[in-house]
Amino acid sequence: MSAVRMPQGGERLDRSRSIAFQFNGRAYSGFAGDTLASALLAAGETVLSRSWKYHRPRGILTCGIEEPSALVQLESGGHTIPNAKMPEVELYQGLQAQSVNPWPSLGKQLFSINRWFTPLFPAGFYYKTFMWPAKAWMWYERLIRKAGGLGSAPSEEDTDRYVHQNIHCDVLVVGGGVAGLAAALAAGRSGARVILAELGPALGGGAHRQQGTVDGQLVRDWVRAAEAALAQMPEVRIIRRGVVFGYHDHNFLTIRESLTDHLPLAERQGFRERLWRVRAHQVVLATGAHERPMVFGNNDLPGVMLSSAMADYAQLYGVCVGQRIVLLTNNDSAYDDARVLQAAGAQVTVVDVRGGHSVAGGRVQQAYDAGVTVLRGHVPLQAHGSVAVSGVTVCRMVGDRASGERRHLPCDAIGMAGGWNPAIHLYSHSGGKALWNAVALCFAPGVTMPHQYNVGACKATWSLTQTLAEASDAGAAAATKAGFKAAPQVFQVQEPAVEAIGAFWIAETDAPVSRRAKAFVDYQNDVGASDIELAVREGFESIEHIKRYTAMGFGTDQGKLGNINGMAIAARALGKPIDQVGTTTFRPNYLPISFGTLAGLERGDVFDPARKTSPHECHVAAGALFEDVGQWKRPWYFPQGAETLHEAVHREVLAVRQGVGMLDASTLGKIDIQGPDAAKLLNWLYTNPWLKLEVGKCRYGLMLDENGMVFDDGVTARLGENHFLMTTTTGGAARVLTWMERWVQTEWPGMQVYMTTVTDQWSTFAVVGPKSRTVVERVCHDVDLSAAAFPFMSYRDGTVAGVRSRIMRISFSGELSFEVNVPSHSGAHVWKALMAAGADQGITPYGTETMHVLRAEKGYIIVGQDTDGSISPFDLGMGGMVAKSKDFLGRRSLSRSHTAGPDRKQLVGLLTDDAQLVLPEGAQLTGNAQASPAPVPMLGHVTSSYFSPTLQRSVAMAVVRSGMERMGQKVYAPLVDGRYVPATVCSPVFYDPEGTRHHV
Amino acid sequence: MLQITCPWCGPRAESEFSCGGEAHIARPLDTDALSDAQWGDYLFMRKNPKGLHREQWLHSLGCRRWFNAERHTVSYVFSKFYKPGEDPDAPAQQGPAAQGEGA
Repeated sequence: MSAVRMPQGGERLDRSRSIAFQFNGRAYSGFAGDTLASALLAAGETVLSRSWKYHRPRGILTCGIEEPSALVQLESGGHTIPNAKMPEVELYQGLQAQSVNPWPSLGKQLFSINRWFTPLFPAGFYYKTFMWPAKAWMWYERLIRKAGGLGSAPSEEDTDRYVHQNIHCDVLVVGGGVAGLAAALAAGRSGARVILAELGPALGGGAHRQQGTVDGQLVRDWVRAAEAALAQMPEVRIIRRGVVFGYHDHNFLTIRESLTDHLPLAERQGFRERLWRVRAHQVVLATGAHERPMVFGNNDLPGVMLSSAMADYAQLYGVCVGQRIVLLTNNDSAYDDARVLQAAGAQVTVVDVRGGHSVAGGRVQQAYDAGVTVLRGHVPLQAHGSVAVSGVTVCRMVGDRASGERRHLPCDAIGMAGGWNPAIHLYSHSGGKALWNAVALCFAPGVTMPHQYNVGACKATWSLTQTLAEASDAGAAAATKAGFKAAPQVFQVQEPAVEAIGAFWIAETDAPVSRRAKAFVDYQNDVGASDIELAVREGFESIEHIKRYTAMGFGTDQGKLGNINGMAIAARALGKPIDQVGTTTFRPNYLPISFGTLAGLERGDVFDPARKTSPHECHVAAGALFEDVGQWKRPWYFPQGAETLHEAVHREVLAVRQGVGMLDASTLGKIDIQGPDAAKLLNWLYTNPWLKLEVGKCRYGLMLDENGMVFDDGVTARLGENHFLMTTTTGGAARVLTWMERWVQTEWPGMQVYMTTVTDQWSTFAVVGPKSRTVVERVCHDVDLSAAAFPFMSYRDGTVAGVRSRIMRISFSGELSFEVNVPSHSGAHVWKALMAAGADQGITPYGTETMHVLRAEKGYIIVGQDTDGSISPFDLGMGGMVAKSKDFLGRRSLSRSHTAGPDRKQLVGLLTDDAQLVLPEGAQLTGNAQASPAPVPMLGHVTSSYFSPTLQRSVAMAVVRSGMERMGQKVYAPLVDGRYVPATVCSPVFYDPEGTRHHV
Repeated sequence: MLQITCPWCGPRAESEFSCGGEAHIARPLDTDALSDAQWGDYLFMRKNPKGLHREQWLHSLGCRRWFNAERHTVSYVFSKFYKPGEDPDAPAQQGPAAQGEGA
């Protein structure tokens, strides 16, 4: 290939501005408006990458987003972009790019090692070769990945920012070619809100290649006029560089708009990409079509390109890719390209599969008149050349066999025009099933989905006349359906007569495909026609299996180029018509989309909100370490000096047991329940009775799901006759509120009861320990805190540190305890006041870790840690809390045969023989004292396990099969290091089993 | 992303809602009168049809109200939205919102 920049021409170029850039470390220059591909072609570069498996030299194949071979890694560090396709990279000053697969090197002319060993690398080669021994795969894989890789994932954080925008519209038109413009005009004229999304930087699609006139204008002049007319319509928004990459339910579509990628790095400001989330009343798909390559030997040599791409490079970028060009075709479009290339100065020969005479007034005649050589009734067999094309052998058709005379045509570039594949990807996303069109020889949309229109080439409509008519009709119909008055436009179109496409998938010669020169179907994955035949020979019949076995259609282009040829060759090998082989399903996304685009602004600190309690800063100042509980930041422990977790917890626990400690319990879920039926609702939700709870009293409750399994617990106080304050677990607050709302709204709509979350409105501090009364007395003077006046499990209104408070005598530690609830805006003040009041008593702030140890010493459960959704109240030994005289949610399940049956896993305590050994939580429990042949019956597992500073030994809670019957028996925990740790089953209440301490 | 019409708030994106599964399963009044099999039927057995399905939805990130919808499980087209207690067989309200579409 000897591409040159023509002295003039190139619609997109601004030749007054030259752009310097680097490719593989070498300096180049192009013009403003160039793509990386056009600038490198103009610089005479032919070999731009190596293929993935065989390391064959590859050049540029296309002029669009379907490019499989010419991939680059753009820029470096935080700006790097892997696998950018050269034809979609707009050139900018200072651009730096590297080939993604240059190994062994682009420069070494004859170095395509595997090429000489092609027969050794058939389909499924890696599966077959590296399967044994399984362990060695890890070793092989490193070498294989190095040899055949795509771009490198960035190692630094993306420095760019991305944004999301939601938008509604009446009509979304996808594609800014002739069809899309006609649809947008018809819809836009009605005043409807129209969005026109075009993936490239300019409108027009393939209009520059199109023969004919619209209303007396050249097609590309009509495009400029249409663009100007749309710009005058205030409700029409045109999004250029906006690729619609997903078409989801109910006309929800996603557009990635590139905002800065075409600018020099130093000039980039603001967001790199915008993700438009569009809800469209109606959608018009005008996505066009991708040209198909042809399958013949060495069809991957640099210098072999799509025919339309050659015309694009000439017309848009002023690059003529060769001097002697052979266009191989089975349809009319190559003749339009031939005229463009002939006009660019090349000598063009068109080799047409179709024999006989062409239609009168058609493109063949026009091309012939323009000086193009036409050879009809010939098919390509093989291209020649070592690192660039030097010629092509074609063969005359005799009947349907390529058995006639062979001719060698010398040339420096070969264009392939194998027909057009409608871009049905978005139609497929929307749930549509494509059908094989035996006349147009392509898959085209079948039944149109609701609120959707397919127009133009994406529907296999090739003629300009018909495209404009159906697009304008669709635009008007869509606007009408969205409630506007719209009418289609009538266009006067002149275009050449059309001659039908002829079928060609691979030459039918006497030589088997496996004996011919390698003919590629999927360029990126190096899948050849022979690989597909091999897959069929080995028994793969479904196209989905053939795809996965050969890797056809994987990779960054997702089969946009090669899939249809692959299906046709599979059909040929299977001896079936193509429509019986079918096509694979296209799924979102249409193009690779960066993670940044999908994440938008929701990254880093704002990825997930952090909830902090009112005295959070006091905890920070006290040196607390925090743990995440849901979105809450809870103090975990408060180390002093160089204390370890273990040392800090030891100190905090003993302070609570012997003096006084304070826990910030503000994160506990709090739900305010009011109404005449409030008690009745609680009676349904909890297993125990609630109707007769006195005002001023608190009660602990277990909540079951309808399967009878515990799903939350907590203490609820009766603040008034019709007013309750419920507490839930920290993690379960939202779930419990939703649960209550659901029952009240859907099952008991007559109940007079209302509830709302007040978790954030109230701060809760538990002042705990034998000296807690002394501390609270100093800041609360209007409540008699004595045991007689304010007994355990009761509640009082009062004033703490000058703030109106709700004080509850409840305990999650087994010690004397006052839980002080104050409005959150006073939380930090009251926390500080309590700390000051207890300073001389040694008041010790403690965190969740100490809270866990204290409650485990008492055998108090944590729902979700000691229970797992399969534990009933009876399994917990809390059957006493299950009322017999009322119905409640989950009750009936408790008597189901399995739930009431024998051998349930039950909550027990465990004491290890070695008092210093703390079992790991989650450890499995068996009855075997040492390793024994599998399967070893598991008895249960450890749910909670700590070292108890109070008891000076380890304690654990576990769920054990028939645990209550195993009291005093030994179980064994096999650890990962091979030890079997013996432990004795006991009551889970390790400390103060009489419960005297919290009553004082 | 479905578009769902809350009977109180109007059409909103699916991300504001959560689905509560099959609608019109009444909790048995006298649970003691049921066999294990009958109670199990209430707990676990669902129609899971290919076709029209009446289901419960919660406008969880909106008004927090439950309502019912009739949806085709193949096409995902909503044919009806109605409040708890309303007649599921009453004719659907007309308009694009009832299609689960429209901006």
